[in-house]
Amino acid sequence: MDTSQGNPMMDDSITPQPTKDGGPRIDCRNIKVFYGQAEAIHDVSMSFPDRAVTALIGPSGCGKSTFLRCLNRMNDTIENCRVEGKILMDGEDINDADVDPVLLRSRVGMVFQKPNPFPKSIYDNIAYGPRIHGLANGREDLDAIVEKSLRRAGLWEEVKDRLSAPGTGLSGGQQQRLCIARAIAVQPEVILMDEPCSALDPIATARIEELIDELRNRYCIVIVTHSMQQAARVSQRTAFFHLGNLVEMGDTGQIFTNPREKRTEDYITGRFG
Amino acid sequence: MTDTARTQASKARAMKRLRKRRAADGRFRYYGLSAILTALGALAVLIFTIGSQALSAATYHVVNYDITLDPAVIAPEGAGRPEDISRNVEGFYGLVRDNLIATFPEAAKDRASRREVADFVTRLAVLPTAQMVAEQPELVGTRITLTAPLNDDLDLYLKGQGVRERKLGVGAIAAIKGEVEGGYRVTGAGAFDAVVAALAVAAADLPADAAEPGVLLTAGPSTGRLTEISAGSGHLELLTGNIKDFARLQSKARLIVALESERTISDQQIAWTLALKDMGRIERVPRKTLLTNSDSTYPELAGGLAAIVGSLLTMLVTALVAMPIGIFAAVYLEEFAPKNRVTEFIEVNINNLAAVPSIVFGLLGAALYINFLGMPRSAPLVGGLVLALMTFPVVIIASRAALKAVPPSVRSGALAVGASQMQTVFHHVVPLAAPGILTGAILGMARALGESAPLLLIGMVAFVGDVPRSPTDESTVMPVLIFSWSNNAERAWEPLTSAMIIVLLAFLLLMNGLVVFLRRKYERRW
Ligand SMILES: Nc1ncnc2c1ncn2[C@@H]1O[C@H](COP(=O)(O)OP(=O)(O)OP(=O)(O)O)[C@@H](O)[C@H]1O
Ligand SMILES: [Mg+2]
Repeated sequence: MDTSQGNPMMDDSITPQPTKDGGPRIDCRNIKVFYGQAEAIHDVSMSFPDRAVTALIGPSGCGKSTFLRCLNRMNDTIENCRVEGKILMDGEDINDADVDPVLLRSRVGMVFQKPNPFPKSIYDNIAYGPRIHGLANGREDLDAIVEKSLRRAGLWEEVKDRLSAPGTGLSGGQQQRLCIARAIAVQPEVILMDEPCSALDPIATARIEELIDELRNRYCIVIVTHSMQQAARVSQRTAFFHLGNLVEMGDTGQIFTNPREKRTEDYITGRFG
Repeated sequence: MTDTARTQASKARAMKRLRKRRAADGRFRYYGLSAILTALGALAVLIFTIGSQALSAATYHVVNYDITLDPAVIAPEGAGRPEDISRNVEGFYGLVRDNLIATFPEAAKDRASRREVADFVTRLAVLPTAQMVAEQPELVGTRITLTAPLNDDLDLYLKGQGVRERKLGVGAIAAIKGEVEGGYRVTGAGAFDAVVAALAVAAADLPADAAEPGVLLTAGPSTGRLTEISAGSGHLELLTGNIKDFARLQSKARLIVALESERTISDQQIAWTLALKDMGRIERVPRKTLLTNSDSTYPELAGGLAAIVGSLLTMLVTALVAMPIGIFAAVYLEEFAPKNRVTEFIEVNINNLAAVPSIVFGLLGAALYINFLGMPRSAPLVGGLVLALMTFPVVIIASRAALKAVPPSVRSGALAVGASQMQTVFHHVVPLAAPGILTGAILGMARALGESAPLLLIGMVAFVGDVPRSPTDESTVMPVLIFSWSNNAERAWEPLTSAMIIVLLAFLLLMNGLVVFLRRKYERRW
């Protein structure tokens, strides 16, 4: 690991460092994504501010997940998927040959649509990331990271007595919070969430939304959602995608009350989708 | 058409469709059930036929000989060291034969009789006793009971599987009179009624010019051959024992249809066997030697130990070669290899390899390992390598299926927290696939364990009398031993072969049990 770049992963605190100039945390320029010959994302440029939640909305198949996966290079793991364009994170292109995707993913955490805890104990689910990245010095340190992450994900009180129980034995909502705890345990700077609540009931959803609201104070969060209400509730910025194009991007309030584009208005008022 | 009429018509059509669907369901269930029953029935027939044969080989008859270990015979001048004693098969065998001749004095009368009595026990059967005495030299000079297996044909006869005979009741014998040409005239009113009736029945079944079936008359330890039979009298030629027994004891007749010249055992030998049995010197005991002896040309001494050890050594080599190669190849192909033409080509070829007849691997092994690399023939090392060639495609295919079954969400979860691909595979995917991988590997090994054809080609069919000590020793394996035994002419090999098949099946069952155990223990749900 290259410490000379001041990688925040090496800090003792879980709190990520603020951006140097207060500008956008991630800046995407002219992103095109191809699956084989088919172009799924057409020339999208947008940026994500730090300490704010950005929501990506749009009809099914418009490329939200594809675009989200560009940000932690998970598209690399998909056969015949190719990404063009520049994605600058703190001014550095994450697609550069000398950027290690594994290190990048430890800085950009991801939570998936379907909760996918490892079939291991709750403790090991959280401890796995810190362990492979060498974030803990000894058992006590690791215990502290696990507790801190679970507390921050609002799960500690529910599971503190059964940390050795399998993570897959939790309820759906608990599993999803476990996955969020797992993501923040490696001290990322950015958290990507792909429809994190689509498999959850309203109460669990509310719980996660609260959590996102808290996490916003420390992280740059990007969330994909199909729920207009959710986007309105949790995000500060909203981007509307349609057929692989970024149609409109702006403050959430503006997008929902006063969209510039006809297509956006049609979508958020439920006229198509 | 009115509305009600229309709904009624459509209702009738719906009912018809429903009936048709139910009938199809029922038919399908019936086909499935009959398929399962057919399979189970075939299995039951197999187990029953082999099992009942094997059961007869599970026990055998042994004869006890009370002998005095005469130092002059066992440890003569200049040959008294333990290794001399253990090699002194001739001396021990001589004592056994002398014991038999002492029991049956008529056996000494001519060379033919001596040979007949000598057939009771094979020379090599005294070897365990010789070895025991060599270990405990203080036994020399004492009286011991030597136990040796009965000749295999006589063993089968006692089990009722060798020579076919009918036992018939005989009435009281009133008078016995010596006759001029030797033998005795035995008379008793209606004593041989049953024998005469049975002879008449037997004669009806036989061609007209066939010789008359032989009849043996037994009373206690004494047996004679009965001829010139009428309802009230017959001519008795004493084979062994005392003629007075026939007056004293209840007699029994045995009608043996097969001619003496066409049997492997003579009337005389039957007489002696019956006498030994009557004296309580023959016991039926479990055939432990099946698992503790090595192969022999004598069925009563033959066992599968060398083949079992050979099989285990071969499997060891196979496991050490095929499992790592198979598992690593599968992990690489499934998790790391780029999906392109070359990978596809390799995949297709691995699938083809799994379908290649096993004998081809034998030819390949003979050419490659023995002719080209100069490895020893008939050795478990070469056998194991040949079977490894055959097994690893199976292991690859099973392991890949197991790896494919691991949900992709586990992979993306690990990758998303910053695990490298290798960490993802070895920390998450492989542990989850392990039960499936092991299952495939063990089933592949089980298939290899039952394989004989390729091993025949690399010379593992040679007669092996010694237990192999290393993978380079000459050796054979269980299925090949079964193959060689089943080729032997003597009848006694047949049940023995079945017994060996049961041993092999037991090993296979053990491996399959291991699979079930591993699955139960380590399979996780997610
Ligand atoms: N692995 C893949 N291979 C080929 N095409 C893909 C692949 N994944 C996605 N696509 C295509 O890319 C386009 C965008 O898919 P994506 O999954 O990003 O949509 P989405 O906006 O996330 O939809 P949803 O809201 O239903 O999740 C779709 O047309 C889809 O068919
Ligand atoms: Mg999606």
